[in-house]
Amino acid sequence: MRQEILEILENDCRVTPEQIAVMLGEDAAVVKETIGQLENEKVVLKYQAVINHEKIDNGLVTALIDVKVAPQREVGFDQVAARIYRYPEVRSVFLVSGAYDLAVMVQGHSLQEVAAFVSEKLAALEHVQSTMTHFLLKTYKQDGVIFADQEEDRRQVVTP
Amino acid sequence: MSLATWKKMAPAQAAPERFVSPLIRELPPSGIRKFFDLVANTRGVISLGVGEPDFVTPWHIREACFYSLEQGYTMYTSNFGLPELRQEVGRYLEAGFGVRYDPLAEIIITVGASEAIDLALRAVLEPGDEVLIPAPCYVSYQPCALLAGGRPVTVPTRAENDFKLRPAELEARITPRSKVLLLSYPNNPTGAIMTREDLLPIARLAERYDLLVISDEIYAELTYDGRHTSFASLPGMQERTVLINGFSKAFAMTGWRVGYAAAPAPIINHMLKIHQYTMLCAPIMSQKAAIEALRHGREEVAQMVREYDRRRRFVVQRLREIGLDCFEPKGAFYVFPSIAATGMGAEEFSQALLEEEKVAVVPGTAFGEGGEQRLRCSYAASINDLAEAMNRIERFVKRHGS
Repeated sequence: MRQEILEILENDCRVTPEQIAVMLGEDAAVVKETIGQLENEKVVLKYQAVINHEKIDNGLVTALIDVKVAPQREVGFDQVAARIYRYPEVRSVFLVSGAYDLAVMVQGHSLQEVAAFVSEKLAALEHVQSTMTHFLLKTYKQDGVIFADQEEDRRQVVTP
Repeated sequence: MSLATWKKMAPAQAAPERFVSPLIRELPPSGIRKFFDLVANTRGVISLGVGEPDFVTPWHIREACFYSLEQGYTMYTSNFGLPELRQEVGRYLEAGFGVRYDPLAEIIITVGASEAIDLALRAVLEPGDEVLIPAPCYVSYQPCALLAGGRPVTVPTRAENDFKLRPAELEARITPRSKVLLLSYPNNPTGAIMTREDLLPIARLAERYDLLVISDEIYAELTYDGRHTSFASLPGMQERTVLINGFSKAFAMTGWRVGYAAAPAPIINHMLKIHQYTMLCAPIMSQKAAIEALRHGREEVAQMVREYDRRRRFVVQRLREIGLDCFEPKGAFYVFPSIAATGMGAEEFSQALLEEEKVAVVPGTAFGEGGEQRLRCSYAASINDLAEAMNRIERFVKRHGS
C-alpha cells in the first residue's frame, strides 16, 4: 500500500487521503496514518507544483553546473556538497559518476546574477577544483511532465 | 414495372438504395452511432462514452512500428500472420491463461478481435443456426451473427447475479438449432466477469448440447479480482472453443487493428480461408508493434490496470453516493449503474444529461435487452475528468430526483 500511495501522490499530491482510500479500497484512517508515517520518516519531503516558468516570463535563469571536487578524508564529497546546497540560489545538487563530481542546478534572475554566483561563490569554495556552467535554454520535460502543449484526447467522443 | 412507373414511385435520392440487400437495409445502425452524432455536436463535453483506453499506446511500441517502417516492412505477411507474432501469442496464452496452442497451426492474426469474431461466426454458421448471446452485450455480436446467416438468441443476465451468465438461463434457451455460445467476459458494457467456478457449469452445458463456444476475451487483462480464467482452459473445452483476444484494450492499441483467434487447426484452417480471401492479412506494421507489446509491454499493462482499478473504485463509490444503484464491476473499464431511482429511461436520461450537464454516457439500450434503465459509463478517463463528471451527474440527479 505504501508504494501505491506514493505512486498516487507523486502523480498528484492534491488527492485527499479519503480519495486515495477509495481508489485503493482501503480504510481512510489507515491511509491517513500511512501518509503521516511517510512524512515523519521523511520519505515524503514536500508537496509542490511543477511550474512552466517559460509561460509566465518571470525572467528566471537556470544553469546546470558541473563541479569537480577534491574529495576529503573521512567525509568524501558530503561536506563540500553541504556547503553548496545551503545557498538558496541552488535548486538541486547531485553526486554523479563520470568526468565531474557534483551536478548543481542554480537559479537566478539574470545571466549575470548566476554567472556571478558561480565565479564568486561556487568556484571560490575550498576543494572545488573546477566548474563548467550550462545555461538551460528550454525545458522539454521535467519530473515526468512534458511541457509542450500536446497529447490532447484525440479519441472519438463515443465508441463501442 | 416500367422504368417510368418506378421513377414515379421512388423518390430520386432514395432510388439507389434499391440495390442494397433487404437484409442490410433492415439491419439497424448501431445505437452508439446515433448517440455519437448528438455528442459530437455538443461543445465542452466530458465523455464517459468512450469504449477505448485513454492512454496512448506505450512509446516503445509506437517506436517499434517506426523502426519496422524504416526497415522496409511494408509488405503482406503470411495469411496466418507473422510467425514471430504467433509464437509470442502462443507463449502469452500459455503463460497468462494456461492454454497451449500450436502457434503455427492454431493461431491466426486478424484485423482486430472484431474480424476474428466475424471469421469464427461465418466459418461455423449455417442458415438458421442459433447463436446464444448473453445480454446486455457488445453492439456487434447480434449483427455479426445475422450477417453470417445465424439467428441471434439473447440470454439475459441480471444485476442481481452481478450480470454473470447463469446456467439455468442459458439452458432454457437452448434448442436443437443452438450451435454457438458467444461469451464475452470481462464484459462490455456491464464490467461483469466469470470466475472459473462460474464457468464450469456453462462448460458442462456446452458439452451436453455440443455447442461451439466463441470466447471474446479482449478485456482479459483488465480483471481486478484475481486472474482472468480463459474458457479454453477449462477441462475438455479447448477443442470446442474459439478463443479471441487482441491488443486494443490491454496495450491501448485500438487504432492498430490487430487481434487474434486461437482454436483447433480444423477450425482455424477454415477461418483462414475467409480471412485470406477478404483481408489477406493484418497490417504488417501493426503486427510488428504487437510483437514489441508482447515482448516488452508487461510493465505498462500492469501500470494501466492499477490505474483503471483506482478509477473503478472511485467511480463506483461516487455513483453510490449519488444514489444510483451500481453493482461492483470486476473487469473491463465500464460501470453499468441503474437509473431506476430517477424514473427516467436510459435514452431520456443520457440525452438530458448531455444537454444540461454536458456529460456523455451511453444509454444501456444500445447494448440490447437488460439495458433499458442503465447507463454505460467508461472510466477510461482521467481521474479529474471522472471527478468532475460525477459532480455533474450528482447535480443532475438531484435536480431530477423524484
